[in-house]
Amino acid sequence: MTNSISKPIIIVGGGHNGLVSATYLAKAGHKVKVLEAREVVGGAASTTSFAEGYRVSGVAHILYTLNPKICRDLQLESMGLDPGTSIDTIALGQDGNHLTLGRNAVNGVDLSQKDISAYTDFKKEFRSYAKALTPLIMNKPPRLKDMDRRDLSTLAQLGWKLRFGLGANSMREFLRVGGINIYDVLNEVFDDPRLKGAIAADAVLGHHMGPRTPTTVLTYLYRLWGEIHGAQSLPTGGMGEISETLAKAAIKAGVTIETGAKVKRIVVDEGKVSAVELETGELIEASIVISNADAKTTFLDLVGAEELDAMFCHRIDTSRSKGNTAKLHLALNSLPKFAGLSGSQLAQRLIIAPNMRYVEHAFNHAKYGEYSEQPVLEIVIPTIDDPELAPEGHHVMSISASFAPYSLKQGWENHRDRFANKIVDLIEGYASGFSDIIVARELLTPPDIEAQYNISGGHWHHGELTIDQSFMMRPVHGAAQYDTPISGLFLCGATAHPGGGVTGIPGHNSAKRILAMGAGK
Amino acid sequence: MQSVEQEKTTLHDPDEVLKHSPFHEQVEKHCRLRNWMSWNGYLTARVYDTLASEYFAIRSSCSVMDLTPMEKYRITGPDALKFLNRLVVRDVSKLKPLRVTYVAWCNDEGKVLDDGTIFHLEEGEYRLCSQHHQLDWLLMSSLGMDVTIVEETHDVAALAVQGPTSYSVLCAAGINGLDKLKLFGILHTELNGFKVMVSRTGYTGDLGYELWTEPVNGLDLWDVIFSVKDSGLYDVRAIGLAALEMVRIEAGFIMPGDDFNTAETAIRAGHDRSPFEIGLGWVINFDKPHFTGKKALQEEKGRSIKRRLVKLLVEGNKPPVDSFLYDKKKGQRVGTIKSQIWSPILKANLTLADIEYHKGKPPAEIWAEIYYQKELEWQVTWARCRISKDPFWSHPRRSVTPPERF
Repeated sequence: MTNSISKPIIIVGGGHNGLVSATYLAKAGHKVKVLEAREVVGGAASTTSFAEGYRVSGVAHILYTLNPKICRDLQLESMGLDPGTSIDTIALGQDGNHLTLGRNAVNGVDLSQKDISAYTDFKKEFRSYAKALTPLIMNKPPRLKDMDRRDLSTLAQLGWKLRFGLGANSMREFLRVGGINIYDVLNEVFDDPRLKGAIAADAVLGHHMGPRTPTTVLTYLYRLWGEIHGAQSLPTGGMGEISETLAKAAIKAGVTIETGAKVKRIVVDEGKVSAVELETGELIEASIVISNADAKTTFLDLVGAEELDAMFCHRIDTSRSKGNTAKLHLALNSLPKFAGLSGSQLAQRLIIAPNMRYVEHAFNHAKYGEYSEQPVLEIVIPTIDDPELAPEGHHVMSISASFAPYSLKQGWENHRDRFANKIVDLIEGYASGFSDIIVARELLTPPDIEAQYNISGGHWHHGELTIDQSFMMRPVHGAAQYDTPISGLFLCGATAHPGGGVTGIPGHNSAKRILAMGAGK
Repeated sequence: MQSVEQEKTTLHDPDEVLKHSPFHEQVEKHCRLRNWMSWNGYLTARVYDTLASEYFAIRSSCSVMDLTPMEKYRITGPDALKFLNRLVVRDVSKLKPLRVTYVAWCNDEGKVLDDGTIFHLEEGEYRLCSQHHQLDWLLMSSLGMDVTIVEETHDVAALAVQGPTSYSVLCAAGINGLDKLKLFGILHTELNGFKVMVSRTGYTGDLGYELWTEPVNGLDLWDVIFSVKDSGLYDVRAIGLAALEMVRIEAGFIMPGDDFNTAETAIRAGHDRSPFEIGLGWVINFDKPHFTGKKALQEEKGRSIKRRLVKLLVEGNKPPVDSFLYDKKKGQRVGTIKSQIWSPILKANLTLADIEYHKGKPPAEIWAEIYYQKELEWQVTWARCRISKDPFWSHPRRSVTPPERF
């Protein structure tokens, strides 16, 4: 496509998906302008300072591989993309007996040979399921009515991958487990409670789900999908560096990026976008606006219900998007001493989810608007491999803590410290003397994430990734193919298919969709 | 204390299967046939004594009908107009205070949910009357708007006073100012010390009014109107829903749920109807700001119509109840009769029928296959049908101001 329009394409929100979408469109010859409300790009994938001298990845802190196609297309390596050190997952055992969960192998004290070989088979099998979903993930979700040629091709590829990629037996097994819960599946496969607890935690982290919640196999597969192309890693300089690299690629492709430019309104005229209005009152004309914001923010706040049909607004309004995970940032004056963990093991991703009942109990609280008495924790200490993030000799610890419901029954105001203390006390049980080395801390509850990162509900994924809010129903049907009921308005963020995580895929798919629709012509 | 009071008002009376309207005392007295039915959960007279006399009261003198069960909603607040204009397909911004307009509203797919009337009671204050319960849809549609929606079905007592002598009767009853009240106009007035709102509206296609007051004044209002009859000048007759059904078909007024499946109740694909398909294309205003279903209707506008609800005159005198319609005798089926009556005043079989259109046009010929009984023997016959563009009955006096006195 050649440069054929005078008005620029405006992207509302410079999250990583917005940047990916912008770059693809600029490379295709469009004039693209990204408006980011915060002072830095990246949104939930940015690096922030939480105490004098201590920096940490703001919300997302582990990279599950940026999609290789996107890296290739946008030549991100030549821009200096540094995914950082690959890390394994360590399931912390209360007695100092930990398990190390790699991509393909698991090892640890007291682990049976049966579980060791079952793990290798399980990962291989489940990764092949995840891989079979690739055509679905890398394309716009097919419509079930009025399919176009791309939809037919997506479904054909998906069918082919499921039937012939997996083979009859695996496909049958995939169809059996695809819609059920991870609790039952893991009980079928493994014996060791630590192993099951850690995998179950992977399936529910960031969601309003416990291991027994239906479709948790699917959320696990979505997480595993990133593993197809490589291991999880901690990006050097924090997640913000990934976004900065994407911004570099965008600028090189000709994209203009404005930070500190908060969009107040997407102006709609006769069902078509005509401009965006900034908080400052400035109007920027546009024939195409792509929103990197979540669906509720985009449609109910920026566009406004009166420009949309009533039932569509109702669906957006009732879609589930209340976050359930808090982020705790700790500044440490030295490395903590976890019983039974070696120095190199400390640099891995540490999970506190000793068994599946523990995870389910943690979730039970969230069902009733309480935070978990014993939360599930995902802990990383990025400064071990990336000392620049803290003053010399000091460290930062980044913790995702589940479950911390957005709508806490008692309100977060008086409970913020209590929850943070609970997390610290919990870690203290694994690493005695831990609380003495903390010099500063910051807890981000879902309402904090909502306020600081402009994400409705403070939800990582811009909306629950349950099956009823996935694929051709993400965020809701009527806006599931990146285009929306408003002509010229598109979605490109985690609110759209396939969902959250630092993958760049919604950005990639939306740009592809816009180009296929002949944007600007 | 407060909770005890609340309990009293919300307690359901198990003996009251159907609700009594504020006029019940009089309705029960007049309803000699005890021919009751339920309308919106209210005990309602289908026929008071004889259908023919009730029908002719509407067409030749003055009829009174208890309108209380009709769904009513009070719409107020800074965004009231914005809300209504986004709700319905018609441009409500053109509705001046003290005026009434007929409206219909659709779902996102542009299929009709219901029809009704909007009363602009006073500046910024509206009443929406609908055929079916709509509170959930109204609340759903109010997302993001500063508007208050209160159902007031049970809080307003209403009477329809319709017929050629209705004006004279109401004047004789002591209502002043009717001489200036135009069709679709609203008059706020007082009668015997209580407030009454009069609107020149109705469901009969003839001269008529609707009177609205607080339930506590209901019986007084009834008495004032019927006192005119007692004075011996005019006949005033209570009429039931059976007579209304006859005159509304004569007037060509459609009934959602009877003449077409409302979108909310349609389950199968293609069983819902757009405004174009039920003859309400004229109500839609595409020049106003966005309203629910606008996009779908704009797309539909560009396509030729596939079916339409029409006013269909059936020859002969055999009642074409639920008849199938064909393009010729024993030909291809092209539609169904939805509502039908024998019109005593026009001496004709009048119906509303759903007809399939081809390339935007109705079939060249339409025939009804009519099954009827003759001394308990079923017979079948065919009758030629004609589509009527105009209402079967619409009297000029409906809109003459001031109306003629009798």
